[in-house]
Amino acid sequence: MTKPARGSLLGIENLTPAEISAYLQLARKMNPQKPKPLLKGKRVFLLFYEASTRTRSSFEVAAKSMGAMTTLVLSSGSSIEKGESLLDTGYTLRAVGADVIVIRHPEAGAPLLMAQHLDIPVINAGDGMHEHPTQALLDAYTILKHKKTIKGLKIAIVGDIYHSRVARSAVYLLTKFGAHITLCGPPEFLPDLATTLAPGLQITRSVEEAVHGVDVIYVLRVQKERLGGQALSVNDYIARYQMNAARVRLAKKDAIVMHPGPVIRGMEFTWDVADCPQSVIVEEVRNGVPVRMGILAKALGKAK
Amino acid sequence: MSQTKPNRSLLIKGGHVIDPASRLDAPMDLLLRDGRVAEIAAPNTIRTPADEKFDAKGLIVTPGFIDIHVHLREPGQAYKETIATGTAAAAAGGFTSVCCMPNTQPVIDSADWVAWLQSPERGAVVNVFPIAAATKASKGAALTDFRSLQRAGAVAVTDDGKPILSDDIMRDTLRIASELNLPVIQHAEDTRQTEGASMNEGPTSFRMGLRGMKDSAESSIVERDVQLAQQFAGARLHVAHLSTADALKAVRRGKRNKLRVTCEVTPHHFTLLDSDIQNYDGNYKMNPPLRSSSDREAIIAALADGTIDAIATDHAPHAKHEKTIEFARAAFGITGLETALGLAITHLHREHKIPLARIVELFTAGPARVVDLRGRGTLARGAHADVTIFDPKKRWTFDVNKTKSKSANSPFDGAALTGKVVATIVSGRFVHRAS
Repeated sequence: MTKPARGSLLGIENLTPAEISAYLQLARKMNPQKPKPLLKGKRVFLLFYEASTRTRSSFEVAAKSMGAMTTLVLSSGSSIEKGESLLDTGYTLRAVGADVIVIRHPEAGAPLLMAQHLDIPVINAGDGMHEHPTQALLDAYTILKHKKTIKGLKIAIVGDIYHSRVARSAVYLLTKFGAHITLCGPPEFLPDLATTLAPGLQITRSVEEAVHGVDVIYVLRVQKERLGGQALSVNDYIARYQMNAARVRLAKKDAIVMHPGPVIRGMEFTWDVADCPQSVIVEEVRNGVPVRMGILAKALGKAK
Repeated sequence: MSQTKPNRSLLIKGGHVIDPASRLDAPMDLLLRDGRVAEIAAPNTIRTPADEKFDAKGLIVTPGFIDIHVHLREPGQAYKETIATGTAAAAAGGFTSVCCMPNTQPVIDSADWVAWLQSPERGAVVNVFPIAAATKASKGAALTDFRSLQRAGAVAVTDDGKPILSDDIMRDTLRIASELNLPVIQHAEDTRQTEGASMNEGPTSFRMGLRGMKDSAESSIVERDVQLAQQFAGARLHVAHLSTADALKAVRRGKRNKLRVTCEVTPHHFTLLDSDIQNYDGNYKMNPPLRSSSDREAIIAALADGTIDAIATDHAPHAKHEKTIEFARAAFGITGLETALGLAITHLHREHKIPLARIVELFTAGPARVVDLRGRGTLARGAHADVTIFDPKKRWTFDVNKTKSKSANSPFDGAALTGKVVATIVSGRFVHRAS
């Protein structure tokens, strides 16, 4: 077991604000329209144990547009189905010639485990309920396209925080830069324990209270099957927490509405809110490309 | 156990004897002969000649330690541990007797298997006392034949690892066991509340994105069991590896009501916290999980005040491939036989000022009482010649690569400890001597 290789990105929790700023700075230098072939001859392996649309495709586009070769390995249809362990899969990809591994995995800590046993950088593309650091970086990048600074921003994060790796990474990142965050959801999705994630976190069960006067509304996906067995019904959830036009109006006039995707319209969002002028959901996806270009360039030592 | 060979006599001279069962805590000499304690007397007063002498100057001499909760993994999982390797680790840790749990493959639910565990062919170097399954294949449905298991040598019954959830089955277990004066050991966990959980529920599990076990999953079962035990005169309930402050309250209530309720705690629960889990290291994963600091404080207070009857290691060896994987998928359990005394002296005695005599009681007279090991856990004349000799001041570093166990799944690799076993004697013969 060793320390993860330089350039690994495993989580936001242990990054300093300076390291985060460096990633954002790097993303701003990347031009997806006119990319430089920084990664020519490099092999980027995308190892996905879970479904993904945005993260996977934007990593692939980011890598390819900088001249890297990408190989996609999915858990279905590979030896993972035959019971190959995480580490053996990692050793295999390394032997095939991987220069960096981007991994998404249903279990928390899986990218770290791989990084501790390989001599190449590992990038966490989402691990269980733990972290999704590249999402948090692209969200910060997106916020900073609309707001001068994160410091002092009032941000409401609404939905299923307990199961959300996006929420954890976002909370770590935004609190490191001095945002005031209110978490909102039913106790099943937002136990009181959540306030221990970072200093200064507020919790409310009222979505109206949460979004009142905020600069950013960040809505999380709610999986219907996770409501099953909970005290709360789907209809209750919608009635109490769904983001609709009236609730968005309680935020500041220039507030932005964010969501990491995939959006389930009719569940956490009404149709119109997902497409409203304040919504930056599509922009978040677009920003994923330059942010991940920067992350890959840094991982492979090609960032200037 | 090599009891066949005629024993030479052994004089242990110059040591400080601590034998809580006999209320001894003084410099004394000890003569062992024919597998028994022949004489115990003031320094230099034993005149009987001995074949062999051991100079215990500066050392503590105690009854052989008893660990009432170990997993020796045979039959069926010899790749993790064998009775030979597990008892070698026990000897190195100062344990002269171990009680092994029945969750093997197959489960120890018949007299034949109880006898198999005790056969000399297993190569045990310390005494092995089997604990048998309470229900067939530990499925929690049909009770095993307690009487025949007890006759074959089982010292208690349990479905360890698979708690008995059904009220009716637990009631029957306690009732029938009470007629036989047999302890019932419960791994207290309401598994309906802990599905998919791999650590304690708290700020650390929330941060790590891991599902947590609530402390109520443990305490609710202990509370229920104490209630059920109340229904049968003489029922003996023993709570395995107690880990929460609330479960401790239930045990205290039972003891106050004069029930025969006993409990044990592990060295890792009095040493580590859930917040000590680093980097999703599978060697920090066990069940019950590492808990909060308030739980740990309550346990240490109960170790000091006598509520807790025994320190037991829950020695649970696992192979590398079962631990060096995703945390949520890793096996529960850690090895513990060789670090138990060092952790107890380092944390309980030096850090929390619990007297050495109390710690010795938790390793000897306490566990002997829980499972009725007659003539063990004491150095009274006529007792079995099982003796542990340790240096309470010796500083050392645990190196898991040097373990006698077949497995190396310990979070204490590299731990700086004070207090080390110098010699372990079973039936008058050395089974371990520090190099």
